[in-house]
Amino acid sequence: MSEVPEVRPPVVTPVRVIIAVCLIAPFVAMLWVGSYARTDPTLIGIPFFYWYQMLWVLISSALTMTAYKLWQRDQRARRGGTE
Amino acid sequence: MKDGVNGVALGVFVFLFLAVTVLGFLAARWRKAENEHSLDEWGLGGRSFGTWITWFLLGGDLYTAYTFVAVPAAIYAAGAAGFFAVPYTILVYPLIFTFLPRLWSVSHRHGYVTTSDFVRGRFGSKGLSLAVALTGILATMPYIALQLVGIQAVLDVMGIGGSADSNWFMKDLPLLIAFGVLAAYTYSSGLRAPALIAFVKDALIYIVIAVAIIYIPIKLGGFEDIFASANEKFTKAGAGALVSPPAAHWTYATLALGSALALFMYPHSITATLSSKSRDVIRRNTTILPLYSLMLGLLALLGFMAIKSGVSVTNPQLAIPQLFENMFPSWFAGVAFAAIGIGALVPAAIMSIAAANLFTRNIYKDFIKPDATPEQETKVSKLVSLLVKVGALVFVLTMDKTVAINFQLLGGIWILQTFPALVGGLFTRWFHRWALLAGWAVGMVYGTVAAYNVASPTNAAQKHFGGSNAEIPGIGEMGYIGLTAFVLNVAVTVVLTFALKALKAPEGVDETEPSDYTADAGDPGVAVELPPATAGASH
Repeated sequence: MSEVPEVRPPVVTPVRVIIAVCLIAPFVAMLWVGSYARTDPTLIGIPFFYWYQMLWVLISSALTMTAYKLWQRDQRARRGGTE
Repeated sequence: MKDGVNGVALGVFVFLFLAVTVLGFLAARWRKAENEHSLDEWGLGGRSFGTWITWFLLGGDLYTAYTFVAVPAAIYAAGAAGFFAVPYTILVYPLIFTFLPRLWSVSHRHGYVTTSDFVRGRFGSKGLSLAVALTGILATMPYIALQLVGIQAVLDVMGIGGSADSNWFMKDLPLLIAFGVLAAYTYSSGLRAPALIAFVKDALIYIVIAVAIIYIPIKLGGFEDIFASANEKFTKAGAGALVSPPAAHWTYATLALGSALALFMYPHSITATLSSKSRDVIRRNTTILPLYSLMLGLLALLGFMAIKSGVSVTNPQLAIPQLFENMFPSWFAGVAFAAIGIGALVPAAIMSIAAANLFTRNIYKDFIKPDATPEQETKVSKLVSLLVKVGALVFVLTMDKTVAINFQLLGGIWILQTFPALVGGLFTRWFHRWALLAGWAVGMVYGTVAAYNVASPTNAAQKHFGGSNAEIPGIGEMGYIGLTAFVLNVAVTVVLTFALKALKAPEGVDETEPSDYTADAGDPGVAVELPPATAGASH
């Protein structure tokens, strides 16, 4: 423990807010069942209910990927800043 | 069901099964380390798995044969309600992205093998750790049993064993053989066996699904016709629906959320995670594991195809194997059956290892023989992995299948009750250990009683454990019992934590420190398991 007050980067930063949004978005989309519980429009004969949720597999995967990249960059920046 | 044995399908099945068996035994030599008699080696594959092996291992672990049979079976029987598995597996990944890397780090610093190890270290409470361990073992046993049920379903459709034979010995012989093989290579190779076999399993499953999802709709006249005939069936039966009706929205959402929260409380998920070699491997995996969810979604649609193709079975669990038998040429049906059969072996092996680790670390070492050496630990774990599987086998052979399914349902509700201690503990030490224990007990009791009181909606004779949904007290909507029990659990924990802190009840010793939760491979105190040359090169 050093006597000199450490200059710590703020805990909440715009990048971290984006990370949080990326991780929370799938919960909002998937738990709001009313937003997708319908048949139309169909895609190659598959009702909306089914293809929309499968589309969200891809969307959420992209969001998690974004969160991962941003987190990596955030951590690298922090490490670079304190060393 | 066709009579007699389908020779070609059986031949392909047996061939692939044998190939996998050889692989299982060879696995013992794969990436072998020097200290092979430690629990880290046998039970966690030396904690050395990289991104791809972890991906296959977790995929093979979470998406079990039972999933592949049960999800389309639920769609076949009830339509939209069965599709909750897709949002469920979508929600899992943001969750594990957030908490599993912390568990990985602290486990590496302190050599934790199980979640109970962590809970004991964090809260200094053997009681709480025992509760978590027992819950894990209890929840895993019926899960293993269901894997055997999955194998049985495939054997049944192929015409060997199961209901095709009246002689009890012949009836169960194929299952006994499959089981013996599984037990033997898990014993000798540990976690390396399922990790290696998972490659074969997934390759087979991906091939089968890719073919099924293109070939079957073409033969059946396209998705439009498939969904039309499914709609017709549900309307005529007055049960099931193509799209979730408003009254079922709460059920759908709570099932998805509750199951997502529960999945990574299961010991086998944690075992597969801790076997990875760095934090990054886990985070990277959350971005590629959803591929399996996509596959699960496509697979679920097979349930509708079974309806359209006129598969008519009283046991919905047989719908998909029967669809394969009807639609595919014999040899490819054999490949498909092998995919399901091998798909059962991988998770069954990992689950039995995980349950054995829990017993060894948190019951044997904590309560029976505190000074056990790593060799003794490994020996006990190996033996217990056998016992656990024998238990599951007895379960399947002596009890009605619905018992296994009921217990699995209960297992999901139970395992969710360990969430506050584990995930709560990863982020804060604020919760009091006794409050966590009380919250756990309340959740367990409420969940069990509520599930007991659910009568089956379709089978009037079944008065108990008829489903996993009940009215949510105070909201009045139908919802997943596990999630309701979880909310109760958290409420009790929070209230009692305030009370116990006011009373200054002893908090217990926390052996971890904040930096433990962010440590990565290569940091001080985190053993680097790779050969030094490789590890050095990456820095």
